[in-house]
Amino acid sequence: MQIVDLYDFKSTYREDMAVKGYVFGSGEKTACIIGPSRGNEYQQLYICSQLVKKLTELEKGGVIATDKQIMVIPSVNFYGFNLAKDFFGVKNLDINAYFPGNNYGEPISRLTGGLFEKIKEYTYAIQFTSFYERAECVPHVRMTETGYQNVSLANLFGLPYVVVKKPVPTDTATLNYNMQTEENCAFNIYTKAKEQLDDACTKNAISAVLRFLTRMGIIKYECHSGYISHVLKEEDLTDVYAGRAGLFKPVVKCGEYVRYGEKMAEILDTFDGSVREEIAASTDGIVFFAHNTPLINQYETAFRMVHRLHE
Amino acid sequence: MKETVFEYELPVGEKLRIYRNRIMPCSEINSPGRISIVSGTHGDELEGQYICYEVARRIALEPENLMGIVDIYPALNPFGIDMASKNNPLFNLDMNRTFPGSADGNLIERVASGVVESILGSDLCLDIHASDIFVREIPQVRLSEEFAANLIQFAKLTNADMIWTNATATVHESTLAHSLNVLGVPTMVIEMGQGHQINKPYGDQIVDGIFNIMCELGMWVGTRPRTQLPAMSSDGSVEFIRSEKAGIFIPLKEHNHFVKAGEVIGELLDPFAGEKIMDIVSASSGLLFTQRIYPVVSEGDLLARILTGAF
Ligand SMILES: [Zn+2]
Repeated sequence: MQIVDLYDFKSTYREDMAVKGYVFGSGEKTACIIGPSRGNEYQQLYICSQLVKKLTELEKGGVIATDKQIMVIPSVNFYGFNLAKDFFGVKNLDINAYFPGNNYGEPISRLTGGLFEKIKEYTYAIQFTSFYERAECVPHVRMTETGYQNVSLANLFGLPYVVVKKPVPTDTATLNYNMQTEENCAFNIYTKAKEQLDDACTKNAISAVLRFLTRMGIIKYECHSGYISHVLKEEDLTDVYAGRAGLFKPVVKCGEYVRYGEKMAEILDTFDGSVREEIAASTDGIVFFAHNTPLINQYETAFRMVHRLHE
Repeated sequence: MKETVFEYELPVGEKLRIYRNRIMPCSEINSPGRISIVSGTHGDELEGQYICYEVARRIALEPENLMGIVDIYPALNPFGIDMASKNNPLFNLDMNRTFPGSADGNLIERVASGVVESILGSDLCLDIHASDIFVREIPQVRLSEEFAANLIQFAKLTNADMIWTNATATVHESTLAHSLNVLGVPTMVIEMGQGHQINKPYGDQIVDGIFNIMCELGMWVGTRPRTQLPAMSSDGSVEFIRSEKAGIFIPLKEHNHFVKAGEVIGELLDPFAGEKIMDIVSASSGLLFTQRIYPVVSEGDLLARILTGAF
């Protein structure tokens, strides 16, 4: 393993944010695994650091194919993590909204530009990302529909779902979108947790990455073949919104199957405890996404369901 | 007349309401014109607060001269204004990246859609922003190239110091102005002053422009304010001066004054060592229309913009 400097962000009084890549193997730049860009994606940080540990062992065991190189960037926003801020810097900006960046503009664009130059040398970008919503989801690979998205490769992670999302204007500034328009392959991996450290979830995520690397011939590693992914379009998910605000008490979990009309959650009055709303399933299907903080606003997404899919 | 544009229930004992003040003409008018003055999308930009006040105040002094409908939206992002936060403080989302929204979507989409729906039907919309807390701006109209041909006639009437036409980045397609222009409401973005502040003379200048526009649209028959023709510029006529190092910036030239090519406009200092890091020099002659006021800078931060030529 070799540690390489990717970009040094300079601050007047803070230590430089020296973003590093951990490189395994040598030769052809195959997969780049990019860790969290938001400083509250603790689970994603945990996964990437454990992945570095695992790949270090595997490299010692000689499993990396000859002439193949893998890079892991455990975090691109340690300034955020160390202050428990999700976004970057004094301007409070989302790093993953400033790609492809450049070398002459705003500080954040120079950071993303510097990183993008290095990341795009790799054929596959695997990025650990999360939703801005306060929610958990079923593990999946997500990709923006750019015309270059490669769903069959996304299946090789063996995660239960692959979601293809039609880009909205803001998506055009993400790493995923820009890697694809450079004709590389880009996959975003969403794991269940974000702000907690979950060991089962970490194991799954690491297995998914190793499975992909194995199937692409980058490493030689025996692993369980995982799922045959169910491919979904983002617009095919059925959204269930909270009709009222209050304390959110879910009775179903991510990954569970619910029937039409079944109770999914109660929303309670925060002063007198009365039930303001019982959220009922608007379709049969699997719970794909679930709000997971104690309070919910009216119209906030409580659940997203995979319509008519059975366990 | 105070009208609710959109409201939703919050979990604990409160609702969020976005209001507008609709000012109607005194007498019955056949198909009256309608102008919308919108502000507070970014909660730390407060220059529009004075403009909203002053427009309503001047109309109230001579209501008989109003021949159209004036809709004033002082606070599209009430939480942001309350918390001095540019973004929605709960979701850390930039509201000006959420338009046009969707009436049956999630919370964020419904808010955006509610705002857009309420402005539709206006003959003109002015979306008033301030600069951020980092740089100070002269009053200017920002137009995207795509809609400039349609808007320039109105922009010239705003009494701003300058009209700046830029190329549209795809991410800007989710702004309020872009969405309204697409939906047929000519919308101009006005940018002025600085974040967290109100510059009253700038406000008065733009309010004169608003009454000038209302006269032109036949919506105001009171005295037409004396106004100036703004300087015209495009990306090619603007020099950006950015810091190439981290340090403390001290401006040496006054904002909104002319500088000559080769002139030192400020210096970058190292307070720790008591040393000057570098002089900041303007490469071109022109008007110093953007000036950094927040002293702490990182590599890439904007220090000044110079409007060259075009006089
Ligand atoms: Zn703004």
